[in-house]
Amino acid sequence: MTAIALAAGALPAGTGTHTILAEEFHAPGLGLFEWEPLFNIGPVGVTKPMVLAVVLSGLLIAFFWAAFRRPQIVPRGVQNVGEVGYLFIRDDIARNIIGKKGDQYVPLLFALFFFIWTFNLASVIPIAQFPVTSRFGYPAVLAAIVYVTWVGVGIKAHGLGGFFKAQIPTGLPKAIYPLIIPIEYASNLIVRPFTHSVRLFANMFAGHLLIALFAITAWHFLVEQPTVLGFGVGIIGVLMTIVMTAFELLIQALQAFIFTLLAASYIGSALEEAH
Amino acid sequence: MSVLAEVTGSIGSVGYGLAAIGPGIGIGIVFGLGVQAIARQPEAYNLIFRNMILGFAFAEALALIGLVMPFVYGT
Repeated sequence: MTAIALAAGALPAGTGTHTILAEEFHAPGLGLFEWEPLFNIGPVGVTKPMVLAVVLSGLLIAFFWAAFRRPQIVPRGVQNVGEVGYLFIRDDIARNIIGKKGDQYVPLLFALFFFIWTFNLASVIPIAQFPVTSRFGYPAVLAAIVYVTWVGVGIKAHGLGGFFKAQIPTGLPKAIYPLIIPIEYASNLIVRPFTHSVRLFANMFAGHLLIALFAITAWHFLVEQPTVLGFGVGIIGVLMTIVMTAFELLIQALQAFIFTLLAASYIGSALEEAH
Repeated sequence: MSVLAEVTGSIGSVGYGLAAIGPGIGIGIVFGLGVQAIARQPEAYNLIFRNMILGFAFAEALALIGLVMPFVYGT
């Protein structure tokens, strides 16, 4: 069990010095997401997700540095790729959702999208094999940045009173307001950052768990405890691992897109004139 | 008091199964109506698709909260 978990990139290296032959099948659980510190910097234990975050950020910065360091009027090579990404964020997200004022938020949205996508992609990169965003701290901080931004933008645009007034829809029957006011405040100011971060976190968490589950199923029934009856299950495990990896690639890009789209729509709704 | 009926085993999984019904229906409605709208007006594809994804994200969040809660509150 320990050996396969190590092979699947599931357990932190060095947790098991002895290999136990599992008598029966154990589904992977929360242990997949708990990491022993690799080394310590002062009081901070540095774990694999932290190392991945730093390395991937470095790669991302290097990539876009190479793309936009000396921009040419006729783009060549890597600048083409960078510009496709930039235009996607500017035209499809910022200008479409926020409108004319969207251009000044492109740097924020651009950074959000590509950081999240890269962090998610770590799930299927060999050796890394762990989505950084499935540790709740990463999406929580990203959602907090968006929250501070859209609240700040809203207060700047409408003033403090105007911002709080803009959260309430107008033109409803008077009797319904005592009901609608607490619901709107709770959903916009309290629940919104929570769901914004949990959506990304839980998707990556569930996706990693699914891939690990099928990989461990395949290993258990084909290698660890091969039986005639279990053979079919093992084959299904192999096929499902491949299918789920492809599905995860889609989900990773989609979740990065959704996170950025929602960030843009929050900023856009904060900028909107009171209705 | 004698126990007439008892459910044992992984009750959390049953709970999550129940919790996934609502978002499942919601996501079905979002994409069903989205595809219908695109079929009626293919030139509005980008606008419809973007709003479809937004609606999908809102409905999906409920299922995901249901997935995470058992880990938060333990067994």
